[in-house]
Amino acid sequence: MSRFVSQLRTELQLVARNGEQLLLTLGIPVLLLVFFSLVDVLPTGTKDPVDFLAPGVLALAVMSTSMVSLGIGTGFERSYHVLKRLGTTPLGRGRLIAAKVASVAVVEVVQFAVLVPVAYLLGWSPSSTNWLAAIGATLLGTVAFAGIGLTFAGRLRGELNLAALNGLYLVLLLLGGMVIPFAKLPGAIRAVAHALPSGALADLLRETLGGNGTQAATSWLVLAIWAAISPLLAAKLFRWD
Amino acid sequence: MAAVEVDGLTVRYGDVVAVRDVSFTAATGEITAVLGPNGAGKTSTIEVCEGYRRASSGTARVLGLDPATQQRLLSERMGVMLQEGGVYPSARVLDTVRHYSAVYGKGANAAELVAAVGLADRSLATWRRLSGGEKQRLSLALAMASMPEVAFLDEPTAGVDVNGRDTIRGIVRALADGGCAVVLATHELDEAERLADKVVIFDHGSVIADGTLAELRKGYDEIRFRSAPNLDTVALATSIGMVASQVGHDEYVIDAPPHPKLMAQLATWLAEQGHPLTDMRAGAQRLEDVFRRLTAENAAKSTTAEGEPSQATGSSRRSRRRRSRS
Repeated sequence: MSRFVSQLRTELQLVARNGEQLLLTLGIPVLLLVFFSLVDVLPTGTKDPVDFLAPGVLALAVMSTSMVSLGIGTGFERSYHVLKRLGTTPLGRGRLIAAKVASVAVVEVVQFAVLVPVAYLLGWSPSSTNWLAAIGATLLGTVAFAGIGLTFAGRLRGELNLAALNGLYLVLLLLGGMVIPFAKLPGAIRAVAHALPSGALADLLRETLGGNGTQAATSWLVLAIWAAISPLLAAKLFRWD
Repeated sequence: MAAVEVDGLTVRYGDVVAVRDVSFTAATGEITAVLGPNGAGKTSTIEVCEGYRRASSGTARVLGLDPATQQRLLSERMGVMLQEGGVYPSARVLDTVRHYSAVYGKGANAAELVAAVGLADRSLATWRRLSGGEKQRLSLALAMASMPEVAFLDEPTAGVDVNGRDTIRGIVRALADGGCAVVLATHELDEAERLADKVVIFDHGSVIADGTLAELRKGYDEIRFRSAPNLDTVALATSIGMVASQVGHDEYVIDAPPHPKLMAQLATWLAEQGHPLTDMRAGAQRLEDVFRRLTAENAAKSTTAEGEPSQATGSSRRSRRRRSRS
């Protein structure tokens, strides 16, 4: 078995064994999608709430995996000296990071494989779909969120990192247009929300999977900037022990 | 043949000098114990040898490679055991060893390694469920997964029970006997005394002594005995012609070679004074005593040098080396 494959296998085993991560990456998105699709209390502005929620929850799932789950897991691995030890093996840091990114991609495929059918079962009927563009937006979002998660993981102690990323998750969820439309946010906050990676990704998925984006061109630019800057920041600030 | 060669190594963290002008070697097929109190510079030195940390100045060569620039090549031939942790808490024992075996790519049999460290019945347990001793044994198995030519083991028996220690000592000895150069960092002197072929003693970031146990003990003979509390050591010294010191409630030391005549004189004096002789040990000092003496000498010289510890420890190291090699 190659070193990369062995590391990827280990990463996936750990994800599968970690109940908290499964709750975060699959449980919460499915719960939000099902609950708020069936209980029409959110000001979605669409005839059927699931038409608004489905792309937003897909964006939330990407953020959960690539920022929160990756960031918290890596932060604890740093605290437990796992990264330090692996750094002394022939695995190399490049393969380690590549395996982590690949494991995030695998989890995201599983998330989409679960969430999209659930959304369709709940009555999601997008007027138009451009899955290629949606995958492109998802990749950009993954890179942007992974950079943020690894920046936190590489600088903060395990528990502090856990708290910070969970706090950030909540902020990005509420302000990111994932479950609450941008139009319902106060003016000043709305401008900030559009500049957030969560806001940009949610807007792009809503545009590519239903044509309901609010400012797609700007969102592509915003997400591309986050995807360019956050990995650089992580590379610069990350500490291995 | 020297597998590890450290020459004039200095490691700084900002303004703090953690390792100062350190030099030593570790040979193939031998266990070299790197001894010293916490914060003495052992771990920083070893991390430079592993390629994990950069030297501020000086050089380290491991298996003829420069760890700073050839870490990838070195990592394939090196086993590492960290002082603590280094394993995913939710990973299972056998899975972890299997993963490291794959990462090293040497064909090490994971199940055999797990059995060798006595964890066969814990194969399915996760790291977080293991006891302290079991964690250390698993960590040693991971180091062995590389089938190493050089192994850096940091405190391998810390927190391990007596039986576990014996297991680990046996494995470490077998590693060395198989031709691996083992560098064992520890502050447990008993560990070094039992295992080491060679000892390098660190104190305040410098090497203050290095050599075989016999070399380090040379010149540090003593007669240690127990008798009644508060003997008249002045009268005893006058009688036997050697200085005697009280080192415990009822424990005394005479700094002298264990000559039978001197021991007979001591026994006679005690008998004449009506004191018991409850215990007597003669010969080379224990490593613990040698260590205490060397670090005390080093501290005294550092104080004398008025804030110039590098010069003091350096000269101490040189004088100690002359002594140990004489």
